[in-house]
Formats: sequence, C-alpha cells, structure tokens
Amino acid sequence: MKSRRQTTFIAGGCLVISLIMSILILRRVDQIRPQATLDEVLYISSPKVLERASLGYNGLMADIYWTRTVQYFGQRHYRSAQSYNLLAPLLEITTHLDPHLLVAYQFGASFLAPKPPSGPGQPDRAVQLIEYGIQNNPNEWRLYYNLGFVYYMELNDYAKAAEAFERGSRVPNAHPFLKLLAAQMAQHAGEYETARTLWIATYQTTRDGHIRSNAVEHLRALKVDEDVTRLQSALTRFGERTGRLPSSLSELALAERLQGIPVDPDGNPYKLTSEGRVLVEHPDDFPFISKGVPPGYKPAPPKFHTQP
Amino acid sequence: MSARIVHIASNTFREAVRDRVLYNLIAFALLLSGAAILVGQISIDIKRLVVINLGLTAVSLFGVVIAIFIGIGLVSKEIEKRTLYTVLSRPVRRWEFIIGKFFGLAGTLVVNTFFMAIGVFAALLYVSHKFARPDALVLVALYFIILQFLIICALALLFSSFSSPLLSAVFAFSLFVIGSFAEDLRGFAGMARGPTRWLASAAAYLVPNFSAFNVITSIAHEQPVAGQLVLHNTLYALFYAAMALSGAVLIFEHRDLK
Repeated sequence: MKSRRQTTFIAGGCLVISLIMSILILRRVDQIRPQATLDEVLYISSPKVLERASLGYNGLMADIYWTRTVQYFGQRHYRSAQSYNLLAPLLEITTHLDPHLLVAYQFGASFLAPKPPSGPGQPDRAVQLIEYGIQNNPNEWRLYYNLGFVYYMELNDYAKAAEAFERGSRVPNAHPFLKLLAAQMAQHAGEYETARTLWIATYQTTRDGHIRSNAVEHLRALKVDEDVTRLQSALTRFGERTGRLPSSLSELALAERLQGIPVDPDGNPYKLTSEGRVLVEHPDDFPFISKGVPPGYKPAPPKFHTQP
Repeated sequence: MSARIVHIASNTFREAVRDRVLYNLIAFALLLSGAAILVGQISIDIKRLVVINLGLTAVSLFGVVIAIFIGIGLVSKEIEKRTLYTVLSRPVRRWEFIIGKFFGLAGTLVVNTFFMAIGVFAALLYVSHKFARPDALVLVALYFIILQFLIICALALLFSSFSSPLLSAVFAFSLFVIGSFAEDLRGFAGMARGPTRWLASAAAYLVPNFSAFNVITSIAHEQPVAGQLVLHNTLYALFYAAMALSGAVLIFEHRDLK
C-alpha cells in the first residue's frame, strides 16, 4: 500500500512537472518559428488540388483558409508590411473552396485594394474577386456595393462605380441607397460628400463591429481632411491678399469670415505652423487622414473608435 | 533502468516482431522504389523532392499507424490474455510494466525507422546518383519523426491503460490529427476573446504539438533547421511523453484488474 502511494506521488509529480515544462518549451518553440503557421510560402497553391484533398469537406476547409487569410492580413497589416504576397492566393483558394462565403469577398476586397502599408494595393484583383463573387452569388446586392466602392475609392473610376451601383440596384431586395449612389457617381458629386455617403452606408448596413469601427475611422478622417482642405484654401486666399501669413487660426477665421474655428472630431483645435501648414493635434488618433500631418509622418497602428 | 524494465521492453519488441510488424518494410520499399522509378519517367526535376517528401511522409505515417495499433493493445491485450496477472504476480511493479512496454514499443519503432531510413537514402542515391550535403538534413527530419513516435507511443499507452482498444485507437488517432494542426489551433485561440481565449489556449497547449516536428517539406527544399529547434523539440517530446506516461502510470496503478 505504501509502495502504491509512493508511486502515485512520484507519477503525479512527474505529470505536473512535465506538463509545465512542455508548455514552457512549446512557447519557446513558437518563438523560434514565429511564422510557422503562415509562412511566406503556400506549398499547395492550387485551389483545385485543395478541393480534392479536402475529401468533400470544402466548407470546413474554406473556413480554415478564410481564418488563415484573416490572420495573415492582420499580422502583416499590424507590422505595416510592404508586401502581401499570399493574400490574393489565399483568397482565391478560400472562395474557390466555398464560392458562397460572402464575407471572403466583402472583407477580401477591402484587404486587397488599399495601398501599402494598409494593404497590397491590388484593386484590380479586388475587382476580380468581387466579380467572381457576383458570378456565384448574383442576387447579393452587397457585392455590387463593394464593387462600386472599390471602383470609386481605389480606382477613381466613376463610370464603372456608377455601373456597379446601378447593377446592384436592380437586384431583388437591394438597399435603396444603391440607386442614390449610382446617381451621385453619374453626376460626379463632390468627393467628400460621396465618400461620406459611402462610409455612412457601410456603417448602417453591417452588424459587424470591425467593419463599423473601420467606417467610423474613415468618417473621422474625412472630417479632418475636409477641414484641413478648407483651412488651407482660406490660408492661400489670405496670403494672396495680404502678402503674409495670419498669426493664428482666429485671425484667419475673422479675416476670411469662416463660420467659427473648426475643431477635429475629438474637439481639439487645429495647429497653424510658421510655414503656413494646418496640422491636426494628434495625428495618431486619425489613422486614415491624408491631410494635416507633419512632413515625414509615419502612422502608428490604427486605434479604432466605435462612435463617429 | 531496472533489469525488469529492460526485460519487459525486450519482450514487447520480440512480440512486435513475431506479430510481423516489420512486414510494413516490404510495402514501404515497394512504394518508394516504385515512386522513384515512376516519377523519374513522368515528371521534370522533382525526383529528389518526391523521394524525400514521399519517403519521409511514409516513414512518419507507417510509424504512427504502428505506434497507435500496437500501443493501444499493449495493456488491454495482456489483460485479455490474462498474461498480465502472470507478470504482475512476479516482483514487477505496475509502473515498471508501463515503462517497459513504452520502451519496447519505442524500440520497435526506432528499428523500423532505421530500416526505412536506409530505404530513403537508397532511393535518394538512385535518383541523384550521389549524396549531397543537404541530404544530411534528412537525418534531422528522421530524428523529429522518432520524437513524434515517442509522444504517440506514450499517448497510445495512456489511452490503453483505461480504455478499450477501439476507443484508444480513436482517441490516439484524433489527437494525432489535432496535434498536426496545433499551431492553427493556437492561432485561432489567440483570436478569441475573454474566457473562450483562455479555454481555447489551454486546450491548444494540452494537445501535442506535432506541427513543429514536421520539417519534411522545408528539408525537401534544402532549408536548414535551427539548432535551437532541434534542442527544444527534443525537450518538448521528452517532457510530453513523460507527462503522458505519468498519467498512464497513475491510472494503471489505481486500476482494479480483478
């Protein structure tokens, strides 16, 4: 009996120590091969081969590949990577394995289109991806909306964007704003106004928290870009008239009869530099702004807000 | 190591040989030589890749199947045949029986792998006509495969110590499959939030991590393996096998064998 108790005690101790050690070593192994899961190589790149290898469980395989795509994009985006070589092939595999996985088209296009470091800067492949999605899901109006979005935002092709929104508006149960967007595109409405309509539509038509936060950040950035553009124009006019720069934004507002001194979406006033530049107070709080940042500014990883 | 453990281990090895386990070597030799000849005729410039990929994959899969199907019967078969009572009526402790069985099965697999490795190198020589420096990397892959076998043997024994052979096979094979995707599992756990993250991470760290042992594809592409990885994989395999064996000893020690 004593011997059995002794064995139990020793074996129990061994079990606990081995468990702790194996976890600690595994963490070290993960550090040695940090990119083991998503290496910069796709050993099987053919969607057809993978489809056959999945033995008919295409749906599950597509889910796994979609998750890997998200991980891959997330990791590279976080590191502000300049290349996203596997993104397009991973999306191709995912959508081939499950052509009805709508989220892969919707998110995938928004992953592919933006320029580095936000994405690989492949709007053409984003268009191809969504067209493949439309081919397989012709009654999904959101895909037409995504297509128009890429044409407008990334390719600045108003005619194609209008056509995409118009095609989408003909789909049964399509959201009414597609007709409005098609009309705005056709009229070449103001850039900020149209962009705002698109992002508000994105915010209102999704329940996904990530997409909503992304839309909020873009709306905040649009407000900053619009304010800075307006202030810069006022500065130019002031300079042309007086031959000097205003000493402050208050002087500028008074001289140019602006409706008050604009503040950024966080309520902070803009800064006027001695070189006549209008800058935002905390550029890191607006990851998608294209104006109001100091020269040579490198954006930090985005911090997302939930309210505009 | 006590003489009793050595005795049980050598008996386990002899029994496996008597069960014609090593006959799998014939199938392996046929597969490899057939592939080496066939691929040379129907493909371009991937003969070496195919021999390494196919050869090492076959070594791994054959070994895993042997480890599972022999491992699951090591305890239950002895109980079924009532030979266990004869063994335990002698001055042999239960833990010595488990450890002896483990070493016997591991030894069988090492011998089996040794002969298969000769086959892989013979096929490599056939397709390349001479050995090159990167071919030595195949030894690292073989070493990792053996480490993998140690874990599977220990797991098969653990399941065999409390379950029926059929269920033990299902458990062991499922763990092998899950363990092969362990890194993805940890990746998914990392994406979860709150208590789900903790639970998923705990599960991901508890299942064996076989993906770190699989360097076959990178070795086929002549990519070197870090010395640190060899060291840590060795330690990981030893500790994980020790953990599973401790569990097997604990269960078997308290099992009512009447």
